[in-house]
Amino acid sequence: MPERGARLLVVDDNKVNRLLLARSLELQGHTAALAENGRVALERLRREPFDLLLLDIEMPEMDGIQVLEELKSDRQLRDLPVIVTSAIEGLDNVVRCIELGAEDYLHKPVNPVLLKARIGASLEKKRLRDQQKELVRRFATREVAEDMDASGFALGGHRVQATAMFSDIRGFTSMAEQQPPEATIELLNTYYTLMFDAISGRGGVVNQMVGDGLMAIFGAPLPLADPGAAAVQAALDMIELIDLYNREPDRAGKPPLAIGIGIASGSVIAGYTGTQQRATYTCVGDAVNLAARLEAHTKVVGHAILTDAATRLAVGERCRAEALGAATFKGKAGPVECYAIVPGQKL
Amino acid sequence: MTTAIDAARFAELQATAGADFVVELIDTFLHEAPGLLAELRAARAAGDADGYRRAAHSLKSNANTFGATALGAQAREIELAGLGEPAADAARITALEAEYARAALALGELRDA
Repeated sequence: MPERGARLLVVDDNKVNRLLLARSLELQGHTAALAENGRVALERLRREPFDLLLLDIEMPEMDGIQVLEELKSDRQLRDLPVIVTSAIEGLDNVVRCIELGAEDYLHKPVNPVLLKARIGASLEKKRLRDQQKELVRRFATREVAEDMDASGFALGGHRVQATAMFSDIRGFTSMAEQQPPEATIELLNTYYTLMFDAISGRGGVVNQMVGDGLMAIFGAPLPLADPGAAAVQAALDMIELIDLYNREPDRAGKPPLAIGIGIASGSVIAGYTGTQQRATYTCVGDAVNLAARLEAHTKVVGHAILTDAATRLAVGERCRAEALGAATFKGKAGPVECYAIVPGQKL
Repeated sequence: MTTAIDAARFAELQATAGADFVVELIDTFLHEAPGLLAELRAARAAGDADGYRRAAHSLKSNANTFGATALGAQAREIELAGLGEPAADAARITALEAEYARAALALGELRDA
């Protein structure tokens, strides 16, 4: 039961109120710590972890409104659920608390049954939020998770210089048809694990996975000094990891896994798209489209890694590449110079 | 004269918080309330509108916890009115103190019952 055994901080300047609220919480199986005003409460919140805050409004030194304002601007404490418990008069005060991020408002004297329900709901919401954060951490790198956290999952974007990468498995559809579904899922999981390691190892961020394909961004949300080189190095690592995987004993007799990678650099719009409930970090722009086209083109030209001219220029002499000449892509007005990165080298 | 404590509200408090705990809570209130009344008077004398409202607010909140309905209503009136004409405020505080004495007596009896 998630609402059992939570740690709550009760903030109230009045001793009778503090004792009564603490008693209610303890009867519900929670632990309650007490603070007699907002300043003391903030000190405690910054010192030790709490699951929920029960906050009075009318208090000397620092009142509940000021506490809510402080919490809102504090990155560490912003997500702490707050239930306001007050006998304050006037609907505008209630509205103000909710606007400042309070989860709920209970009028004093607090009905213990109502209190229990609200605490249960708040803790459940916090659990879901923590779970969402955990998911973000799992599916994005620490940098993205922190960036999302810092920006409060703010939707909207900014223009950045970045490198986009697309990758997918050659002949995946026929491979999937020839083996049981469990084997396909296992293969995909191994593939993704390897690709994630290679990409995040070079500072990139995987932001999309569809079937056997993935999209990664280098240089956003956090700037990278040399996003083009990072992406090319990640691509070389990916090819190397796939080679190692193919040579594993339990892969013997099975068709080798092969991937194609397209890389392009340029100015892109990066940001979170979606809704507050479900958002994903993404990039849009010419470089993104071009990287996708280059990835598809790897099949045509029979090379594993293709880049555009901008990426080729960015890596320069550090990397051996073969100029394949210009190709015409759907959605591109003019021909595009393509470069095949020679596998098995380090930048 | 009506009773100072609403029996139903008080019984509800005992049922939800436990009778033993309510004894402790009454002691705390009887210990704290005279200070709040003194704060109210002092705030009135100093013309401290915030302190005045806050003391009345606290008394209201505590009174309602125990079912001291009349005390709660008087404290609420003072909270909502805020600082006013000194003589009228003083009369209100005097009436509040009288009601508190009545509620304290009743709570003391309930505690020892």
